[in-house]
Amino acid sequence: MSDYIFYPGCSMESSAKAYYESVMAVCKPLGIGLKEIEDWNCCGATEYLSLDITPAYALIARNLALAEEQANGNKTIIAPCSACYLNLAKADHYMHDDKAFGNKINEALAAGGMHYTPGKLAVRHLLDVIINEVGLDKVKENVVKPLAGLRIAPYLGCMLPRPDYGKRYSDTEHPDELDRLLSALGAEVIDFPLKTHCCGGHMTQIGPDTAFEMIHRLISSADALNTDVIVTVCPMCQMNLDAFQGQMNNHFKTNFKIPVLFFTQLMGIAFGEKAESLGFGSEFVSAAEAISRVRVQAPKPAEDAPVAKKKTPGLPMPPLRTKTDHTQEAGR
Amino acid sequence: MTDVVSVLDPHTSHTKREDSILLREVSLRTPGESHVDMCIQCGTCGGSCPSGSAMDHTPRAIFAMLRAGMRDDVLNSNTPWMCVSCYFCTVRCPQNIHITDVMYTLKNMSLEARKPTMPVASPPPTAWGLKNSSIDPKKYNPTAADFSKTFIWMVENFGRSFEIGLAGVHNVRHFITRLPNMTPMAIGMLTKKGMSPLPPKRIKGMDQLGKILQRAKELESS
Repeated sequence: MSDYIFYPGCSMESSAKAYYESVMAVCKPLGIGLKEIEDWNCCGATEYLSLDITPAYALIARNLALAEEQANGNKTIIAPCSACYLNLAKADHYMHDDKAFGNKINEALAAGGMHYTPGKLAVRHLLDVIINEVGLDKVKENVVKPLAGLRIAPYLGCMLPRPDYGKRYSDTEHPDELDRLLSALGAEVIDFPLKTHCCGGHMTQIGPDTAFEMIHRLISSADALNTDVIVTVCPMCQMNLDAFQGQMNNHFKTNFKIPVLFFTQLMGIAFGEKAESLGFGSEFVSAAEAISRVRVQAPKPAEDAPVAKKKTPGLPMPPLRTKTDHTQEAGR
Repeated sequence: MTDVVSVLDPHTSHTKREDSILLREVSLRTPGESHVDMCIQCGTCGGSCPSGSAMDHTPRAIFAMLRAGMRDDVLNSNTPWMCVSCYFCTVRCPQNIHITDVMYTLKNMSLEARKPTMPVASPPPTAWGLKNSSIDPKKYNPTAADFSKTFIWMVENFGRSFEIGLAGVHNVRHFITRLPNMTPMAIGMLTKKGMSPLPPKRIKGMDQLGKILQRAKELESS
């Protein structure tokens, strides 16, 4: 059992509880001990950097300072959210790289009686630790229910492989770490061409049309490749592809229904954990049917509130066939 | 900014000096070595940009405009606000320009140019009062800046982000017509994801965080 310093990030406590639960469930059998940083604060996502650079880095660095204080001999922070991971890594990188900048941030930290020694801690994402520290052999040892027959599109998003200050991934645009992990679980892994393209990030809140376009690219590409499940490593990606899939469908008059899960949820299934304890049922597009392919019964999400159907004027006509219906039928 | 001016050749024309000041300012305000002055106008950035179609100017144009000293045009452009921070341009740039980080700096500068009535990180008013500037308040994306401000206002009050509150406040303010379409999702957030509609619990070190951020803001403007 090796211990790591753990920075969960805000989403894990609200919109991505499924990620939190499944991370906890898979880390234990892999021998990853997680010591949560006490009294951590939000990393500021991409928002604080847009407003005010120095306070933004100071906000991030308070977490690094807390981690250093509480490290107890550990040297690695694990952050499972890509945005948190990049922010922590970025602050450490620039404080180390640019000494004057590092001093400025430490001057701000000193106002709260804190200090961080740049370069003292390594900031890593859980995926990287599982692949490069724990190793795939250990993962395979734990697989009791191989995911055979499940076609998975591995989706990493942007902030994990780029800019990759620590040079931990095989490529900045088409890395294979997640593919190798899913293969070790016995799944049928799709070589997903858009695996590091953008999910739209905060554009759902700023320029929805732009966001829907970006979500559509990913979902329609996955659909054309007969994907059963898209797997993500980031709460923001999961939220955009899953919770906004319905609004994207409305926008483009399509009818895609591809479940989007966290990689740890599928690891948990392969490790024989109960679906209930892995946060299944909290997704908008139900994964229950896809998961039934590996003979696991997963809880379905709560039903949507019934929407009153509009009465169509004129004679009753069969519904129009959309382009999507054709491609889906042809593919299956 | 006196140190910037002093390093410039006193014999250069006023315009040239202005150009260099803008480029140097961006460079100085971006952490690390951004290489912002190294652009060779190859256009790889714009060609790699997933949200480029929504931008007033491609990133390449922005770098040319910076070099030409077109301060107001750059700070009026929606380009930095449409950046989704995907870092494709950053890793592909043959000159190793930290483009995403430069976009953050430009967002900072764009807000600063509109600042007199706008305290950072408080719930913003809908109109910007501006004096003695050709910065056009309408010509950039206030929705983006506003989203950041509301997000950070919550972080500065709780130490944590508050997703449901943020989405609620922001959408009522900017996308009132979208609310019917958003409602099923909002309900799903509570019923499916089990999210709490209440604000997060404040972190214990709220005072400490406040002092750190206060000092950081002083250092930023000094």
